Amino acid sequence: MDLDNLIQQFQKKDTVAFETLYNMYAENICGAINVIVKDSERSQEICQDVFVKIWEKSDQYDASKGRFFTWILNIARNAAIDEVRSKTHKNQKKNLPVDSLVGIFENGEDLNSKMDTIGLQSLLKGLKEKCILLIDMLYFKGYTQKEAAKELNTPIGTIKTRIRSCISNIRKNMA
Amino acid sequence: MSIDVKEYIASGILELYVAGELSPEENLEVQHYAIQYPEIRKEIEEIEKAILELTKAASSKMPQDGFAKVKAEIGDVIPFTPEASSGKGTPWGSYLGWAASVLLAIGLFWMYTENSKLKSEIELTNQEKQSLEDILSDTREEITGKETLLQEIRDKNVTVIALGGQTVSPSSYAKAYWNKEERKVIIDAQGLPEPPDGFTYQVWSLKLDPLTPTSIGLLDDFASQNTKLFTLENANESEAFGITLEPEGGSESPTLEQLYTLGAVGS
Repeated sequence: MDLDNLIQQFQKKDTVAFETLYNMYAENICGAINVIVKDSERSQEICQDVFVKIWEKSDQYDASKGRFFTWILNIARNAAIDEVRSKTHKNQKKNLPVDSLVGIFENGEDLNSKMDTIGLQSLLKGLKEKCILLIDMLYFKGYTQKEAAKELNTPIGTIKTRIRSCISNIRKNMA
Repeated sequence: MSIDVKEYIASGILELYVAGELSPEENLEVQHYAIQYPEIRKEIEEIEKAILELTKAASSKMPQDGFAKVKAEIGDVIPFTPEASSGKGTPWGSYLGWAASVLLAIGLFWMYTENSKLKSEIELTNQEKQSLEDILSDTREEITGKETLLQEIRDKNVTVIALGGQTVSPSSYAKAYWNKEERKVIIDAQGLPEPPDGFTYQVWSLKLDPLTPTSIGLLDDFASQNTKLFTLENANESEAFGITLEPEGGSESPTLEQLYTLGAVGS
């Protein structure tokens, strides 16, 4: 069954289709949460909750608004950010540390997160710090182009081409 | 519509699409092109693959029974507990069950009637709303009409001629607002009695020397015209205006015995 069919079945509340989707994406979703929460156990719990939420909200997914993975990543991101906010009692996205991915990449010693730091390091090899920051902001933290441009102190017009070259670097590292 | 696919891919818009950072319009555009150009679709999948790799690497080791926990939460499993059957004794459970279903039926019936009541109330309210809206729009139209009329009467080219009551009906009166430039006369017939059945008022433009009457129109539908204001064409060099009562359809020349009002221009 292809992805579109699988998603349709899932939207019809087919648990078998949902299990397949879970197996496809759970590790990614848990990973995305882990980058923000930096606590493997807590991340796993949030990750379960996120999948329950995905199931409950299944009818809200609309293919015309983007990729399925983009949709679930967004739900995961919001849940993870909520967790960090409730912990730190800070109410601004700005207050989230923007260097999480950079930190993981540079020292690779974040014991709580129990990440595959070797895998991460090989994926991010040769990427400039600004690149890693940008990936962190756009994919993991859900910054808008405008917010990312402000944070990097760069014109908004350069964000598109810059993220293109950053992701291309990762793709080269994967090959 | 065709685009330069390479350029489109190089722009970085697809990376933002996967990040979910595009506007709804841009999203639709990307999807449209993804269907049209397989290279774009493939590129989107490649970008997503990179993000999947990255997020996967950030994950800790996954538990074996991950989905079981989710499944338990989404309530897919309805626990089945077989009834402990006992051969003797009063089946209270069964009585209770029947009583509960009767109550449920009554409750459902009650809810159904309440619901119907509410629905008809809504219906009624909607009708009321509609008729109020109709009244409002009628009133608006009326106001606009009156404003236009007022504008016309106030025009600086308008001469006002008072038409006084004559022998047949001394208490009658009328007014003519004559815009010579626009060749228009508005007759205010408020002060005329309602014409008897089969008769109508006819308005005449008069030249005085010699006396030459020219019909400029009828005040038809007098009774139903609430404002009693009538707009008529008048291209004549009128010196006076008169209103007579004539048989329905009007007459060739005025019936002077039935002259209700008369007034000279500039007097």
